[in-house]
Amino acid sequence: MDATIKKICAGDVRMASRLIRDIEDKIPEAKAKIKKLYAHTGKSFIIGITGAPGAGKSTLTDALIEQLRKKNKTVGVLAVDPTSPFTGGAILGDRIRMQRHAEDAGVFVRSLATRGALGGLSQSVGNAIHVMEAMGKDIIIVETVGIGQQEIDIINHAHSVAVVLVPGMGDEIQTMKAGLMEIADVFVINKANRAGAMQLHTELEGMLNLSSKATDGWKPPVVMVGDAFEPQTFAADTAALTNKIEEHQLYLQESGKLTERMHRKAMTEIHDALRDSLFEPIVNSLTTSGEMKRFAEKIKNRKTDPYTVAEEIAQRFFKHQEEK
Amino acid sequence: MYFSKETLEASEKLSRKSSDEVQKALKNHPEQKKRFSTVSDAEIKRLYTPDDIKDINFAEDIGVPGEFPYLRGNQVTGYRGRYWTFRMFSGMGSARDTNARWKMLLREGQTGLSTAFDFPTLMGYDSDSPKSLGEVGKCGVAIDTLEDFLELMEGIPLADVTTSMTINPPATILWAMYCAAADIKGVPLSRIGGTIQNDMLKEFIAQKTFMCPPEPSVKLISDTVEFGTKYVPRWNTISISGYHIREAGSTAVQELAFTLRDGIEYVEDVVRRKGLNVDDFATRLSFFFNSHSDFFEEICKMRAARRMWAKIMRDRFHAKDPRSLWLRFHTQTAGCSLTAQQPYNNVVRTTVQALAAVLGGTQSLHTNSLDEVLCLPSEHAVEIALRTQQILAEETGVANTIDPLAGSYFIESLTNEMEEKAWDYIQKIDDMGGMVAAIGKGFPQMEISEAAYRFQRQLDAGEKTMIGVNKYATDSTHPIPLVDIEEKVGEEQMRRLKDVRRKRDNKAVKKSLDDIRNACKKEDNVMPCCIEAVKNLATLQEICDVYREVYGEYRDPGLY
Amino acid sequence: MPERTIRVMVAKPGLDGHDRGARILARCFRDAGFEVVYTGCHQTPEQIAAAAVQEDVDLVGLSCLSGAHRALFPRVVELLREKGAADITVIGGGIIPEQDIPLLREAGIKAVFTPGASLESIVEWINSNIKPH
Ligand SMILES: Nc1nc2c(ncn2[C@@H]2O[C@H](COP(=O)(O)OP(=O)(O)OP(=O)(O)O)[C@@H](O)[C@H]2O)c(=O)[nH]1
Ligand SMILES: [Mg+2]
Repeated sequence: MDATIKKICAGDVRMASRLIRDIEDKIPEAKAKIKKLYAHTGKSFIIGITGAPGAGKSTLTDALIEQLRKKNKTVGVLAVDPTSPFTGGAILGDRIRMQRHAEDAGVFVRSLATRGALGGLSQSVGNAIHVMEAMGKDIIIVETVGIGQQEIDIINHAHSVAVVLVPGMGDEIQTMKAGLMEIADVFVINKANRAGAMQLHTELEGMLNLSSKATDGWKPPVVMVGDAFEPQTFAADTAALTNKIEEHQLYLQESGKLTERMHRKAMTEIHDALRDSLFEPIVNSLTTSGEMKRFAEKIKNRKTDPYTVAEEIAQRFFKHQEEK
Repeated sequence: MYFSKETLEASEKLSRKSSDEVQKALKNHPEQKKRFSTVSDAEIKRLYTPDDIKDINFAEDIGVPGEFPYLRGNQVTGYRGRYWTFRMFSGMGSARDTNARWKMLLREGQTGLSTAFDFPTLMGYDSDSPKSLGEVGKCGVAIDTLEDFLELMEGIPLADVTTSMTINPPATILWAMYCAAADIKGVPLSRIGGTIQNDMLKEFIAQKTFMCPPEPSVKLISDTVEFGTKYVPRWNTISISGYHIREAGSTAVQELAFTLRDGIEYVEDVVRRKGLNVDDFATRLSFFFNSHSDFFEEICKMRAARRMWAKIMRDRFHAKDPRSLWLRFHTQTAGCSLTAQQPYNNVVRTTVQALAAVLGGTQSLHTNSLDEVLCLPSEHAVEIALRTQQILAEETGVANTIDPLAGSYFIESLTNEMEEKAWDYIQKIDDMGGMVAAIGKGFPQMEISEAAYRFQRQLDAGEKTMIGVNKYATDSTHPIPLVDIEEKVGEEQMRRLKDVRRKRDNKAVKKSLDDIRNACKKEDNVMPCCIEAVKNLATLQEICDVYREVYGEYRDPGLY
Repeated sequence: MPERTIRVMVAKPGLDGHDRGARILARCFRDAGFEVVYTGCHQTPEQIAAAAVQEDVDLVGLSCLSGAHRALFPRVVELLREKGAADITVIGGGIIPEQDIPLLREAGIKAVFTPGASLESIVEWINSNIKPH
């Protein structure tokens, strides 16, 4: 076995985080490494945590880490934050809430920036999950900010998705709009000591009873988590949340739904890999050669249409492949 | 109306005429900048006229010293009766070192003591905690147990000198040590006087010296207010501080608004939790402001603060005792305005800032030493800083008359403007449900971050000036001698602590810690138990660990 | 070869909470196009080193205003070496007297920025000294 792979499978953090970096930076060798790594992946349970900015996702993740560690589970965390579209930089602000676990060898927290990934969660996330799986983490938590496409996409990477809501933020409506109803396996009403928590609870239950999920074998539970600044109650509430997630895990396993989800995840991975191996190289080469601009110009002047262009490109590409 | 109709008409006429002249002048000689603004980036006009303050109601808005709205001061004789207190913040190394510095300062004419503690003490850790690595005695004096404290107070007449202690999360404990020391020396609690800073809200907002979450932190503060009200009436149990808010990069208005809103939060909590009447304790609240480099802005901030607090106490809390309406404050010149480059310039900055504080009517003043940006102040540097105050008080004549700038078009107008902007902030925070809630949302933290970042950008772009840093920088340096705290202070401190742990009655310690735990859980006042615990030589961290256990630990939310 | 994005960590070792500088730097680094991990205040050297390795940053910027830099900065470098991450560059800033700089440089702190250093100069230093590989 490749030395790097061997080390990663033995849990080497340095090697693992370097490989994740290579994945993010799209270093070609990284792909080869993932290929080799792949046989060692697929054994971890992956939890997605999503919700509005500032909903308390990282604080909850921190508490989940604590609960899982009490049960002797090893934990990997991938915390995704948006890249600034203006500067390409990012402040990765999730880690700060989990910093107390920094020295725990059973916990590996890695922050990722979206880097303007095409369509949903960055593909890097999928591969970073693989790296953590290969390290043998029992549980991998993926924290993403729930705005737009990303929060829906999490379901393609995670086995169990917790959606975090906060009373008084108009979340009920957002939930419906963003399709969060569809992806949530567990709902968390965070900061539940605040006014409006009970009302939010009732409304959610109401919506859940109406949705198809009510008859689906798993009706997403709504877990109330009180103020993070009340150590005793917060610990009890997050323990309850951990249990609910574990219950869901058990349900997935027993009902056979887990294989369904793993299948879906595999499909996503193929899509991502296709995009990576086909789409992006084509777009990149067209862009660097300046052809993209010329095509756009022609389309703009109605000398041709996008479909014809696409067909032409596709034909050229497949011929090129055959020749190879 | 503040001015007669004739005055306003004349003013308008003259202004119009002058405005033509200004246009002409601008054509020939454009002004040096497009926009003139304060350090806080508030725009300042070319000229202020009666028109800018025409809506002032003299009796209600300005008045006289000693009367509502106290814009011009609390005392009818101002500094003629008594100068402000010359109070130099000091503390370094071991208790013995600091005690020696204090005695020097008292000999040189300082009139009150002010204690700087080292970071382990400030954060509630003992000198032998792994967290204290490299910090013991560095930025102040290290105190682990009552033994250290008694050494600190050796030969200090507790009944005559007032002592200020800059301490926040462990304020209950250090104050308990002071009370215990008085007890041991036979001085009744009713005779001791001083201040504990004990202002946690500004820690969450700005300085980040925190231990437990905001809510229980405020509870502990209310405990001290209650205990002081009953047993230690000469003690100021909170020094509601804007200083650190400003140092964190806020604007003057933010400093003003957040500080007063913090004050409101404390008053509300004491009234609600302890059932005290505001007049029972309002006189024990004191404030602490920063005096930055923008001379007039600072003066106006302090004047506005007095008037606003009087309104808050009268209208919001319905205080009856006129003294409850007084905003009494200590001032420190702005540490963040000092430069490591060309450090002697700091003397000049500090002088101007100190003058602003005096014209703003401060009750007490710390002037920074020229080397404070580099290290702990040297004896010589402290002496210059203290002399700066003495020169202002006794040579310049600025203390001859009360609030000498009152009535100036500019001063009154800027005072009004700052007050208005501060009310807006206070309203916003009220709407969020108070300061604890606002802190939970990160509101004041983010406002300050924005201001700090903006200022730094302006500095880098040369829109704001710091002499010696982004203008008139030179390579030549006139080095100043630096004070160095030796690492052996830490070792010595650890040895002392070990001794105490060996010789004390550990059963008694355990019992008194249990008492504190129970008091916390039952929401009783912790002060009596704390005094008992420190007398039994419980360490600072042992008590703080009880707080952490019961109340939880607050960690830096790291907002930027 | 694709261009790598520079990743930096802004860390505050020790007990002082004066994070004005650290937070300004974090924002400034983001605006300079870096990915920034900020640890928050009150970190031990152990926490900082562990986080730096997990995050695979190219650079750790330490900020300390309490005078404890002499003990804390070298400790971070030492711990990174122990973790086989000696290639992570460590720089420092804060209230650091001139006379301490040689000691820190010797201990492996690659650059020391004292009060008054412009944001631009720090970004420039990083851009010309940090080449992620
Ligand atoms: N009062 C209160 N504040 C909380 C609670 N949980 C989190 N916070 C605060 O809310 C802010 C945001 O918390 P995070 O955990 O960072 O939230 P997040 O959803 O991860 O935020 P992003 O990653 O930025 O989208 C922080 O200042 C937390 O301290 C809570 O239960 N009560
Ligand atoms: Mg987060």
